[in-house]
Order: sequence, then C-alpha cells, then structure tokens
Amino acid sequence: MISLDPPPLLSVDHLRKYFPTARRSFLNRDAAPRLLHAVDDVSFTLEAGESVGLVGESGCGKSTLVRLLTRLLDPTSGEIRFEGREIGAIAAPKFARHPLRSQLQLVFQDPHDSLNPRHTAFDSIAAPLKQLGGFQASPLLTARIEELAELVGLPAALLSRFPHQLSGGQKARVGIARAIALHPKLLILDEPTSALDVSVQAVILHLLQDLQARLGMSYLFVSHDLNVVRLLCDRIIVMYLGQIIEMGPTDAIFDNPRHPYTQALIAAIPDPGTPPQPLQLQGEPRSPIDPDPQVCRLYGRCPHGVEACTTTTPHLEPMGPDHVAACHRADVLNPAQLR
Amino acid sequence: MTLSLRHTRYVIGENAITFGAFLLFLGFVLLAIFGDAIAPYDPLASNASLALNPPSAQHWFGTDALGRDILSRVLVATRLDLGIAIAAVAASFVAGSALGVLAGYWGGWVDAIAGRVIDTIMAFPLFVLAMGIMAALGNSVENIIYATAIINLPLYARVIRSEVLVIKTAGYIEAAKLSGNTDVQIMLRYLFPNALPVMMVHISLNMGWAILNAAGLSFIGLGVQPPTPEWGIMVAEGATYIISGEWWLAMFPGLMLMIAVLCFNLLGDGLRDLVDPRKRT
Repeated sequence: MISLDPPPLLSVDHLRKYFPTARRSFLNRDAAPRLLHAVDDVSFTLEAGESVGLVGESGCGKSTLVRLLTRLLDPTSGEIRFEGREIGAIAAPKFARHPLRSQLQLVFQDPHDSLNPRHTAFDSIAAPLKQLGGFQASPLLTARIEELAELVGLPAALLSRFPHQLSGGQKARVGIARAIALHPKLLILDEPTSALDVSVQAVILHLLQDLQARLGMSYLFVSHDLNVVRLLCDRIIVMYLGQIIEMGPTDAIFDNPRHPYTQALIAAIPDPGTPPQPLQLQGEPRSPIDPDPQVCRLYGRCPHGVEACTTTTPHLEPMGPDHVAACHRADVLNPAQLR
Repeated sequence: MTLSLRHTRYVIGENAITFGAFLLFLGFVLLAIFGDAIAPYDPLASNASLALNPPSAQHWFGTDALGRDILSRVLVATRLDLGIAIAAVAASFVAGSALGVLAGYWGGWVDAIAGRVIDTIMAFPLFVLAMGIMAALGNSVENIIYATAIINLPLYARVIRSEVLVIKTAGYIEAAKLSGNTDVQIMLRYLFPNALPVMMVHISLNMGWAILNAAGLSFIGLGVQPPTPEWGIMVAEGATYIISGEWWLAMFPGLMLMIAVLCFNLLGDGLRDLVDPRKRT
C-alpha cells in the first residue's frame, strides 16, 4: 500500500550506538571488545509541529541519542530519516556542510560551556548565519541578529558582550537565538533549563513555548524534570538503559503509566500536598556493558519482576491509542494503585 | 577584535610590573632597530693603543682586548640576539602549535606519531642536541635559529595538545559543528585561539631561554663567529680577563643578557591578559 501522507519530520529506525569500553589487547586480537550499549534499538517518529519529551535518568543514553540525531556522532547501525531522507549514514564531519544541517539544531544543556569565550554574543549568533546561511558581514547580518535577539528577549545592547559578562539566563537566550537563527524545522533541547536558576527556568520555558507557537518548529525536549515535560510536550518517550520502555501521549503517560519504571518516575515527582513516598526502585541500574539480551533491563530493580522477565526481553506492546510500553506485566499492574 | 587599544592600555596600566616589562621590551625593540645609529663608535674598529681600557667618559663600558668600544658592541648586538630569539621562538611556536592541535584534535595515529617524534627529541639533553645540530649543519645564524627552534618544539606541541584535549570537549566545539564548521575551521578558529592565552606565558618565558641558548652556543664557539658583536661571544671573550681584573669585558654584555631575559620573563602575564577576553571587565 502506498501512503500519500507526507513522511514524518523525523523517523528513527532501530538506531544503535555501541561504544567499545577498552582497547583490544594486542596479544589477543580475536577477543571481542566489550561494548557499552548506549543506545540500543531505538525507534520512534516525530511529526512536524509536534513536541516530544524524552525522559530518563542520567546515563540512560539520552545525550548519546541527542548527539546521534543531531549528527554529531555516527550510529553503529540503524536509520535516521529527516523528512524521508536518510541522514544517519552521512559521516558526522561531512554533515557539517550538508544542506539539512541548518534544519536540525540543538540547544545545549550548559549555556556557558556552549558559548565560545572569545566570541561576543553577536559573534556566536552570527556563526551559523555566516557558515550555513550565506550571510556576509553586512547591515543585513546585523539586522537579522538584532531581530533574533529581540525574538529571544535579549537586549540589543548586550550583543557586544562576552559570555563571562552575561548572566545564565542571557547566555541561554544567546544559545537559543543561535539555534533558531536559520529557521530549523526540528529543535532538539538537551535539558536547556537544568543549569539555570528556578526563576530563570520558568522564563526560558515560556520563551520556548512562545517561540514554538510563533515559528512552528518541532521540539524534542530532553529532560529529567517531568513537570517541565508535562508542561511543554504532546508526547513523551521514556528511556531506560539505552532503550525506549514506554512512549505515548503526555496525558496517558501521566495518568496511566504502564511500565514499572515510568510509574516509579511519576511517583517520585515531589507533591507538596502528600508526604514523600518511599522510593519504588531499589539498587542500581544493571550494567550497560554487554547486557544480557534475554533479560529485561529493569529486572533486579523492579518490584514486580517475575521468572519470565529473566528469559525473554519484553518488547513495546500497544497499551492504548498511540501508547506503547515494554513490560511483561503491564496488563497485570494497576496504575490506579499509585495515585 | 581581541586586541583592542583600550584593552591593551588597560592591561598595561593595571600592573606596574607588566608596565615596566612592556617599557623594557619597547626599549629593546628600539635598540634593535636603532642600535647601529646610536652606537658612539664602530663596533668592529680595533685600536691597539686603547686595548683593555676601563670604563671612562669616552668609553662608558670600557674597551676590549682589541681596543673596540664595548658599549657600541653591546648596543649593536641587540638586533642579532633579539632577532635569533624571536625567529626561533616563532618557528617553534608555529610548528609546535600545528603539531599539537592536530595531535590533540584528531588523536589516533597522528597523535601517536607526533608523540613519539617529540619523545625522541626530549630524550636528548636539549643543549647537547642543539650542539649536535650546530655541529652537523655548520656555524651560521640560520642554523642557530633552526637548532633553537627544534629543541623548543616539544614544549609548544605538548602544551597545545593538552590544552586542545580539554577544549575539544567543550560544548562550544559541538556548537561550532552545528554551525557548519569543518574540522579545519574548528582547529583554526576555535581550538587554537582558545589555547593562546596559556601559550603566551610559555612564549615569553621561552624567549628569554632562547636568547640564553643562542648566547650559550656562541659562548662555546658553535654559534655566531667573531668578530660579529653578540652578547654570548662577548661574555666568552671577556671571561678570560676576569681573573686579571678586567671585569668590564664580560660584565656589560652579561648584564644586557640578564635584563633581556628578565624582561621576557616578566612580560608573560601581561601578554596572556592581552589575548584573554575573560580578563576584560
């Protein structure tokens, strides 16, 4: 059957990234290197204009996935399609000059670390415009940068300042202005507010919400703050140890989480009205180095683990409209007990 | 726009030592340019009747064994000594930076080869290596520059490499890739300029060391040949007369060497502040 619908903006298919953990011994060249499965068989799609939240704990592969999607890192295998065009196979250094480079941009976690200390705010925002936008140093470039500064709420007087002369919120605005300078269709936000003060976080989140409404970009919003994701996103992807374990509309994930890990994440959101709940997950995550392909990655930490969890890895199964989760016991667990 | 006039004035004016060092450096540069013109006598003209005269109103620094005016010789030598040091430091800075940036950014076999080459150079006592290079290539001013540049190469390559290893993990390098910069552009526009502040301190310390090295080679007879005026040879020639009481032959060129080395050593912090935008207020 031929579909007449346009392809999704971003479609990720069986994406994997394995890192070798140590150099091979020169005495034993045949020994297989131990592999860290940072991103392991991840597939999802993202439609134009949609905001998707990506949540998971530290070390679950969020940042690696972001670097694969923004083509800063080459995948081990799998496909990344942007508007139907395969971009996963283009080597990362080559993608720097690819016409789609400007369409796929990233806002960094640490606004200070992501700005060149030798560049003024003006220079930082000018970099993509000059390199990819064909702008020369001209009144046209200055006008465009001033327009962007206004769009992100950065006073034009601050454009001549160096990063160390700007506040955290101002640096975050410079980073956002640089990322949206070339009208990207997809903006990936790698925990854009985690390095900011709480009061500034709210302002930046509203700015991002406002920019999306004005410019019609799609967002992939990476965070470990579930409240932030709930505010901004239409859909949520939950990752654990390199894999997607649950994915669905924001309301479905929050009201009816089906995976024990998602349930634990949501139960851990602090709520001023109720006393803190005991932690639902005990112990440490399993090692991401050469994980046993037969065992569920949450087994051992999961309060609901059974024999079946050690013999076959659960796959994503439909749980509701557009809602999938990877747990053998999802149909038994009643999320209503949680809240 | 890093070297703005206002910033230069600020850095120099902020610290008395930096101010003094810049003033001294300016003095040396002026001497190097105008040394020939302001020297009271011909530095090469000998006069047996004036041999070994102590400092006097006519000859402020005295005269040497051939009756040549030491003040004139010391002034004229500035251009040669400074020239050798600057050329040698510039050569090792450029070559060492290129090697260090490539090795640090690309790693892998580039790093392995560059690292072993540098290890090999460092395996020699450096002054002995310089003597060996001079002995093999022959006595000439260019060869002093090459020898000094080669023995200084490891310093620059190592320091730049370690700086690049830190800088390349910074978010702004990834941001530069997202902005469409190729690897070469990242090395030239992002990695090298950000390693520069640390390098300035090394350049300035190294400059004093290069002057001493050139003078040292001349002192043992492997560098500049007599009768060319050069501080190292002048100290070497004068050293034999110290015991017999003619101290001025070795002392004045030695003093110039000392002041030049001191000037470059004090210059370092000021040069770093000059190229580091984080020092701006």
